Amino acid sequence: MYCIRLHGRGGQGMKTASRILGSAFFEEGFEVQDAPRYGAERRGAPIFAYVRAARRPILERGIIRRPDLVVVADETLVPVSAAGVVQGVGPYTVLLIHSAEAPAVWKRRLKLGGEVFTLPVAPEDRADVPLIGASCAGAAARLVGEISRDALEEAIRSELVGMRAEVVAENLERALGAYDRLAPHAGCVREGDAEGVGPFESPDWIDLPFEDARISAPDIHAGGTSVQVRTGLWRTMRPLIDLEHCHRCAWVCSTFCPDGAIRVDDAGAPQIDYDHCKGCLVCVAVCPPHAIHAIPEEQAADAAAAENAA
Amino acid sequence: MTRTLLTGNAAAAWGARLARAEYVPAFPITPQTEIIEKLGGWIDAGEMDGRMVTLESEHSMITAAGAAAAAGVRVFSATSSQGLLYGMEMIYTVAGWRAPFVLVNVSRGLATPLTLESDHNDVLAARDSGFLQIHCSTCQEVLDSVLIAYRLAEDARVRLPVIVNLDGFYLSFTREPVAIPDPETARRFLPPPDPERAHFRASRPISQAVAVLGGGPYSYFRYEIHRAAQNALSVYGEVADAFAAAFGRSHGLFESYRTDDAEIVFFMMGSFATKAKAAVDCLRADGWSAGLLRPRLLRPYPDAEIAAALAGTRGVAVVDQNLSIGKGGVLYTELASALAARRDASPVLVSFIGGLGGRDIGAEEFFEMAAVTRKAAQEGRAPEPRLLYTATELREMRKLQSIALRERHQIGEIPPARRASARPEREERP
Repeated sequence: MYCIRLHGRGGQGMKTASRILGSAFFEEGFEVQDAPRYGAERRGAPIFAYVRAARRPILERGIIRRPDLVVVADETLVPVSAAGVVQGVGPYTVLLIHSAEAPAVWKRRLKLGGEVFTLPVAPEDRADVPLIGASCAGAAARLVGEISRDALEEAIRSELVGMRAEVVAENLERALGAYDRLAPHAGCVREGDAEGVGPFESPDWIDLPFEDARISAPDIHAGGTSVQVRTGLWRTMRPLIDLEHCHRCAWVCSTFCPDGAIRVDDAGAPQIDYDHCKGCLVCVAVCPPHAIHAIPEEQAADAAAAENAA
Repeated sequence: MTRTLLTGNAAAAWGARLARAEYVPAFPITPQTEIIEKLGGWIDAGEMDGRMVTLESEHSMITAAGAAAAAGVRVFSATSSQGLLYGMEMIYTVAGWRAPFVLVNVSRGLATPLTLESDHNDVLAARDSGFLQIHCSTCQEVLDSVLIAYRLAEDARVRLPVIVNLDGFYLSFTREPVAIPDPETARRFLPPPDPERAHFRASRPISQAVAVLGGGPYSYFRYEIHRAAQNALSVYGEVADAFAAAFGRSHGLFESYRTDDAEIVFFMMGSFATKAKAAVDCLRADGWSAGLLRPRLLRPYPDAEIAAALAGTRGVAVVDQNLSIGKGGVLYTELASALAARRDASPVLVSFIGGLGGRDIGAEEFFEMAAVTRKAAQEGRAPEPRLLYTATELREMRKLQSIALRERHQIGEIPPARRASARPEREERP
């Protein structure tokens, strides 16, 4: 059974990558299980997905503890311990990582025994461009060596059904490009050995002691902790207030904002707290003179970069 | 019949589509929402006949479901966890209406603390309601069970609503190969609902769910629900046989996996049971005589059939993915009562609580449970119930607690003198 774990950030297309891989394996006649894992967070939060593929029915479930291939879409996740990128990585585990640094650097840095491959970071790549997922899926398909170019293409078309033709074409180009680039390494991922019982390490079960409710109830006692959570990272659209058209009504947008992320200064001008605005765009809908509009977050990032450069 | 990759949620939606559900009252909740999204998409695109209505709560959703079912409409709905509990008043109520419909529950642990991941305390809260319960362990079983559930619910000998349960994440968001039956075979297996059975019609007001005072009528009506649920045992057998004949897949009252000569049997339900099968295969490969018994039908509970299936078994590891606070595992209690009526030597039952809030159960834990159970069977004495919880997990917990303590210290809630005594004691390694 092949056990593949994919790590990325919400929005980078890792769930789609896992589905592309899963469908491609299925296309080749494998039994497949694929699933994403995430919490309540959305864009930007570490997520992972996994794919199991075997020539027999798959009984195993849940987290892959000993992966044969680890795919990392975002190298900034490696030092994040909660992301668990190197968890269970063994001497034969192959690592595929999106990075400008050389494979040897990663091999040394993470003390890896298995092979390491890097996918170059394209200049147009940004954390929120899901094309990263396509190249990850294409490269992983080739490294496994069981998936034909046609099966990969078919899987991408079926997973992206309903998307615009140019989006599908772009994804295909990325995935097949990565697939072709890794041709010399086709089949370097080994199927994990079937596990018998053998000499297994007993789980270190313990008896939970009673503890006072002051300790054992899940309370947060300090106030205002939500301020520390930058939910603004979830935003895909950024509301912008045109102060020239704002009537200084002083209450509509700030009152309707469900996150309390708009405050009004002494002159009556509203200001958006972008650290906590989730981009729901309620303010855009309710502003009486239509003085608030929204732009995609990536455009805002471009504009900010241009401003800095200037 | 097409075999394709589907999530458990998509499989549930396919079940409703192939059952030709006509009315879908809906309210979103993680991890169930994809079911409603799928059905909404199909209805919107004209690929499925039917009407979806979004209600303002699960309480209203289940009321609407029961009312439409009483009017003879084929109804499908889905919920999870807190949503099921929010609708709990009506869960009991509509079962008493004898209104047959199918409600999919995607299991998710209950607050407090709030979580998104799976365990069975949510669906077990509806255990005594009069809804029948079918528990699934694969995405294929989810689709098949929805079809089976309609035929069971609508049978004149039963006439009760059915919950089909699948685990959040482990099935709801997990894709597996699923054979989608062709619509014509599904139609032959599950004909349209019998219009004769509808007793609630527009412009013909009747009072359903009357009040009674005095325990006599109350006892009668409640016990009739119980009788109908008991009937469901034999009706289920017929339905499962018809299903196997139509689709070639067998879904019995419970699943027996390599139990025939097994000395040690895992007894558990839900998606983690497939992990137990993997463990059984490993144990068998090493010469252990192990198996798995997985209840599918939890209500009605097939006491006699389960007891018979465990004849000859020496030890049973009951793995409960639930916790009846102040008592222990629900499956353990139910199995003990099923075996209590037997005169012959009963197996030794060992109670394990595992998988709460989606906590994984590792292969080595299955092996250890088998070892503990074998020892218990040899000694004829079961150890204390065991929570699957490791010293490593408690150490992680201690890290969180140290953050909480530091926070309370910083805000001056715990003065330094009391802080020492309030600090949790260090755990002892066994």
